Amino acid sequence: MSLLHTPPNRPAGKSIQLMTTCLCDAFYADVARATVEILEYLGCDIELPDGQTCCGQPAFNGGDWKSSRKVVRHTAKVFAGDKPIIVPSGSCAAMIFHGAPLAFEKESDIEEIQALAARTWELTDYIVNGLGIKEWPGKYEGLITVHRSCHLRGSNSGDAITTLMESIDGLELGAMDEKEQCCGFGGTFAVSFPNISKKMGDLKVENLTACKPDAIAAADMGCMMHFGGMMDKQGNKTNRLHVAQILRNSLQNAGLL
Amino acid sequence: MKSLQKIDIVARDLSDEVQKSTYLSSKAKTEKRMAILQKDFPEANRLREIAGEIKQHTLEHLDQYLAQAEASLKANGAHVHFANDAESANATILKIMQENGAKRMVKSKSMVTEEIHLLPYLEKHGMEVVETDLGEFIIQIDDDHPSHIVTPIIHKNRKDIAKSFEREGLGDYNDDPETITRRARAFLRQKYLDADVGLTGGNFVSAESGRVSLVTNEGNARFSVAANRIHIAVVGIEKIIPKDRDFSLFLNLIARSATGQQLTVYNQFINGPRSPGQPHGPEQMHVVFLDNRRTEVLASECREILRCIRCGACLNVCPIFRQAGGHAYRSVYPGPVGAVLSPLLAGNRFPELADLPKASSLCGACNEVCPVNIPIPDLLLRLRDKAKREKATDAMKGTPSLGLWATLCSQPAMWKTALSMGHTMNYIPTELIPHPSARAWQHNRKLPKFQGGEFRKWFRNRPPSSK
Repeated sequence: MSLLHTPPNRPAGKSIQLMTTCLCDAFYADVARATVEILEYLGCDIELPDGQTCCGQPAFNGGDWKSSRKVVRHTAKVFAGDKPIIVPSGSCAAMIFHGAPLAFEKESDIEEIQALAARTWELTDYIVNGLGIKEWPGKYEGLITVHRSCHLRGSNSGDAITTLMESIDGLELGAMDEKEQCCGFGGTFAVSFPNISKKMGDLKVENLTACKPDAIAAADMGCMMHFGGMMDKQGNKTNRLHVAQILRNSLQNAGLL
Repeated sequence: MKSLQKIDIVARDLSDEVQKSTYLSSKAKTEKRMAILQKDFPEANRLREIAGEIKQHTLEHLDQYLAQAEASLKANGAHVHFANDAESANATILKIMQENGAKRMVKSKSMVTEEIHLLPYLEKHGMEVVETDLGEFIIQIDDDHPSHIVTPIIHKNRKDIAKSFEREGLGDYNDDPETITRRARAFLRQKYLDADVGLTGGNFVSAESGRVSLVTNEGNARFSVAANRIHIAVVGIEKIIPKDRDFSLFLNLIARSATGQQLTVYNQFINGPRSPGQPHGPEQMHVVFLDNRRTEVLASECREILRCIRCGACLNVCPIFRQAGGHAYRSVYPGPVGAVLSPLLAGNRFPELADLPKASSLCGACNEVCPVNIPIPDLLLRLRDKAKREKATDAMKGTPSLGLWATLCSQPAMWKTALSMGHTMNYIPTELIPHPSARAWQHNRKLPKFQGGEFRKWFRNRPPSSK
C-alpha cells in the first residue's frame, strides 16, 4: 500500500453523508456551511449524522493507535450505510481512506473500516472526479494562491482544486515557490516540535504571500489554522478562505445562489 | 521547555549559516531531480513503482538470491563472507588485512562502514585508513560525522574546509574550491599508491552474475580498487538485485534521485579479482555481506525500508531535515529513511531512537520522490505505534495524551456539551487556558474564535426553501 491513493470504485451518487470535521464543528462554521451550500447547489441530498465527532487522526498521528481505533470505530458506527461520505478536508479524508485501514491492519473488524474507507471523498475530489464537474460557474475577482496541503497528495485533489479555480470567471491563480513544501502543522507534530513547525510555517507564509494575493485558499482547515494562526499573531491580514468558501462566494457573486 | 524533542532543540540551536546551506542545497537538488525524471521518463511514477516491486520481490526471496549471488561471486574467483553483526564484519576485514600483511587501506565512501564503525576499529588495530571521497576525507580530518547520505558535508562551507586544511598542514589558508580540491587530490594520490587494500561499498549486487556495481562522481572508488592487491566490498544484504538487466533501471533511478544526473560520472561493474589473462586489477576480491539486524528488519512490519538504495532524495525533500540538518538524527542514516531504519537497526536500543519517527509532519513528500516507492510515512506511523506500545518515553515527549480525547470523541452527548462549553475559551486569556498543548500552540499562533455548535444549529434551523 502506498501513501494516500484513493480507494477504487467509490460510490459517487448525490445522496450523501457529510462529515463536517471537528475543526469546522468547533471553529469554522462557515466552511461547513459553504460546503453544504455548494453541494446542494449541485443537487446533493445531504445527511448530517448527528453523532459525528472526529476522524481519529490526532491520536493516529500521535502514535496512540489504540485511542485512535476507539474514535474510528465510533465514526464507522455513526456513518453506517452505503452513501458517499464527503469531507471538506484532505487530511480527514486521508485519515479515513488510508490511515484508518492502516491502524486496523491486525484487527478483526478491519472489513468495516475498509468499507468506510471505500466510500470516502475529499470535497473537491468528489466534485471533479466523482461528479465529473470540470468547470465552476460564477465569478470571483481576485488573485489567489492555493496552499496544496500534503494530505491532498495522491488523491487527485491538488489537480481538482486547480481545475475548479482556474475555471472561475475573474479568478487568477498566483504563482508561488515550493508548492510541495509542508506548512509544518502535522497535527501533534506542531505541538511536539514547536521550533521546526514555526520555521516551516514562516516559510510557507512567505511563499504564499510573495505575490501579494487577495486571498490564500486551502482545502484543509488544519493547515490554515496553523499558518493562519501564525499570520494572525504576526498581524498579517491577508484574507484566507477554504476552497468551499471561494466556490460558494463565486456562485453568490454571479447571483446563482 | 523541558518537554522539547531532541531534534527540535537541534533545529532551534542550529546556526543560520548551516541551516541555510542545508536548506538551499537540498532545495536545488529536489527541483533538478523532479525535472530530470519527468523529462526523460513520461511515466516516471510507474518506473518508481516497478523499481519498488523488484526490490520488494528480492527481499521476499532474499535467501535464494543471496545464495545465488554467493555462488556467482565464487565462480568469478571472489571470496564471500557473511557477517552477522558489526563486530564480525570488522573482524573479518581485519583478518583479511593481517593474513596478507596489509597495513594501509584506501576507502571509498560507504555508509555501511559508518554503520559498523570500521575506521576506529582498524585504526585501533594499527591500520592506516584514508577516506578518499572528498567530503568523507574532510569529515575524517575533522573527526566529524556525515550529515547526509550522498553529500556528507552539506553542513560545512568552504571556509570551514579551508581552515581544516590549514590545520592539517595541507597548505596555507585558501578557500578557493578548486585549490581545496587540488590539494586533496595531491594528498590522496599518494595514499592510493601506497595502499595495500582498497575498500568500497556496493550499490547493487547482481545475483545472476555476482557483479558488484559502484557509482561515484569522483572516480575515487575506481582508484581505490585499481591499484591495490586486495579489494574488499562491504555490502548490506539488502543490496542484491536479481539480474544484470535490473542495473539499467536502478542506475538510471539512483543518479537522478541522488543528484539529478542522468548517470553518475563513474559506473563500475566488478566481477571478481584479476583473472590470469588480465594485466591489471586486484589479486584478491572479498565481498562481505552484512546482516547487522537486517533480517530482523525484514521480519518486522517495516520491511519495505530495506528497499532503500541510499539516494538521499527523501532527505533533500524533507522539510524537517531541511530545518534541522542530518546530525539531529543522531545516527548513521539521517532524514526520513534514517527515522525508520536507525531505530530498527538499534535492536534493543530502540527506545533511544524511538523519537526519530516522531520528527515528521507526515507530509508524504519522501514517499512521493522515493525511487523505490517506500511508503515512509506509513512506516513512521507504525514505529510511533510501536514506541507507544513499548512505552518508549522519550518518543512521547511533548505529545499530549489522547486517551481522554478518545473518550470524548466516542460519546456524542459529551462531544456536543464540550462544543457548547468551549465558547468560554474565547473569553479567557491565553495563559489561563487549562491545557498545556493549547497554551504552547498559542505561543506562535492565535487560536481562531470558537464557534462550537453554530454550524449544526444553522443546518437544523435553516428555512426549508434553502434545503
